[in-house]
Amino acid sequence: MPTNEELKKIASQVRRDIIRMVHQCQSGHPGGSLGCTDYMVALYFHVLHHNLPFSMEGKGEDMFFLSNGHISPVWYSVLSRSGYFPTAELGTFRKLNSRLQGHPTTHEGLPGVRVASGSLGQGMSVAIGAAMAKKMDNDAGLIYVLTGDGELDEGQVWEAMMSAAHHKVDNMIVTVDWNGQQIDGATKDVMSLGDLDAKWKSFGWMVLHMNGNVMQEVLDTLAQAKALTGKGQPVVILMKTEMGSGVDFMMGSHHWHGVAPNDEQKDKALAQLEETLGDY
Amino acid sequence: MLTDFPVTGKKATRDGFGDGLLAVGQQHPNVVALCADLIGSLKMNAFIKAFPERFIQTGIAEANMMGIAAGLATAGKIPYTGTFANFSTGRVYDQIRQSIAYSDKNVKICASHAGLTLGEDGATHQILEDIGLMKMLPGMTVINPCDYNQTKAATIAIAEHHGPVYLRFGRPSWPIVIPDTMPFVIGKGIMMQEGTDVTIIATGHLVAYAMEAVEKLKEQGISAELINIHTIKPLDEEIVLDSVAKTRCVVTAEEHQRNGGLGDSIAQLLARKNPTPQEYVAVNDSFGESGTPDQLLLKYGLGPTNIVDAARDVLKRKR
Repeated sequence: MPTNEELKKIASQVRRDIIRMVHQCQSGHPGGSLGCTDYMVALYFHVLHHNLPFSMEGKGEDMFFLSNGHISPVWYSVLSRSGYFPTAELGTFRKLNSRLQGHPTTHEGLPGVRVASGSLGQGMSVAIGAAMAKKMDNDAGLIYVLTGDGELDEGQVWEAMMSAAHHKVDNMIVTVDWNGQQIDGATKDVMSLGDLDAKWKSFGWMVLHMNGNVMQEVLDTLAQAKALTGKGQPVVILMKTEMGSGVDFMMGSHHWHGVAPNDEQKDKALAQLEETLGDY
Repeated sequence: MLTDFPVTGKKATRDGFGDGLLAVGQQHPNVVALCADLIGSLKMNAFIKAFPERFIQTGIAEANMMGIAAGLATAGKIPYTGTFANFSTGRVYDQIRQSIAYSDKNVKICASHAGLTLGEDGATHQILEDIGLMKMLPGMTVINPCDYNQTKAATIAIAEHHGPVYLRFGRPSWPIVIPDTMPFVIGKGIMMQEGTDVTIIATGHLVAYAMEAVEKLKEQGISAELINIHTIKPLDEEIVLDSVAKTRCVVTAEEHQRNGGLGDSIAQLLARKNPTPQEYVAVNDSFGESGTPDQLLLKYGLGPTNIVDAARDVLKRKR
């Protein structure tokens, strides 16, 4: 099991992968990808019980669903760095005939992806279905879901929240990437989320909070969330992150939500991120 | 009465779904059912009573239901979703498109109260665009059975087909014309009556009306061939092409918009393979309204006499 320091090194490489992938095709979503890197690295390299080769049905394993599919660069990097497919394939991101589509899909057979996402608000519902199947099968594996905060604008998310509590889906840990930004600006300006903590609690969820860009805090909170499973209520972690985390000029606004760096910006970003595992 | 397919009773196609669901649940431990607050309307009570642990009530939240179904399928279950056709398609099109069709999930979307025959509830609930919506999705199988027996058999058969299926049926009590012993083969049309002058291709409730039309045409000295196309996608091209090669004109009949329905599938096939004069018996770019099923089908031009008239019209254009 990698230590906190080792996980940080992996996260640095993943951030390099994100910058290089998005730069290479001059398209994609670096901001949220960088913000969620620490969570995704903690999940795949420390928390998730998962086996290779990849199995769609994931019997006896934990399963992860990415609802905010536009942060595919971080997921592809983490999947590849944890052995799902060769890192060289990261260079095909968003290019013709690639398995690494702009938004994740099962259609091209990429190991690690269980459902297409990108059109927002759908991932939690799918995850609830997988969690219910595990309960029917007496499978102890847990379901992890990541969703964006802007994504909470979608009504389906609230349908899913209500149903997870009603059906006591207590084998699922949802994390909200609460970076406060979406394409058109700050979430408070585009569509106010109000008191998120109170909203989830009033829907019948157990609510935890963490800073998603402090590795030890991510590990501790995910462990705490896991300890809360099996108690008759679904669990959500409201995860504060900084969009663009790890690259100074990409932080602090929504600008880098879906913009690719130019050559100069790419070099400037990579200079801030240590190459720890070797670039793809 | 067609000699090979006598009317043996009357029952709703949705009853066929309910009885088929129970049977397929008994056959397949992986079959699970979901419903968005319409258990009674979808006739799902028998399944729920037999398999309470394999039923999920989602409340009036169809988008979430489609997502949950996709997740269940991901983990190896065979989910059957149940709600009205309107809420099974248009309301949740993007959920079906992304989480089910594009993701190749083995979900069976079972849709009752399709079309005008939903009746008195009116146009808000009478979807007439669902076949078009669903057949446009890559990989989606689209089935519209004609009676109780065919719906029951189809409900059982789709469990053996891996992939997303849209199964469309309806509300009213309707003539039973398919023998209960007849196997349901996805993508295989049924020759109901052989004839030489004109081909009538019907789906769903309009098969019974087309049978009446065949009798009326016979009285007028016209020999009509009747094909029941229960699977609109994939289409049984062979049975259609063989028939029109003989009759050289065709009438399509369906409880759906002209745009995007069975008629368009037939027209597309014939345009490519054997251009043939065709008349549509279908709703002509209009919403429905409140009324009884029979009243509505007549008012919107879907009655047996409309099929007879369409046959006589297309015969005039035959080359």
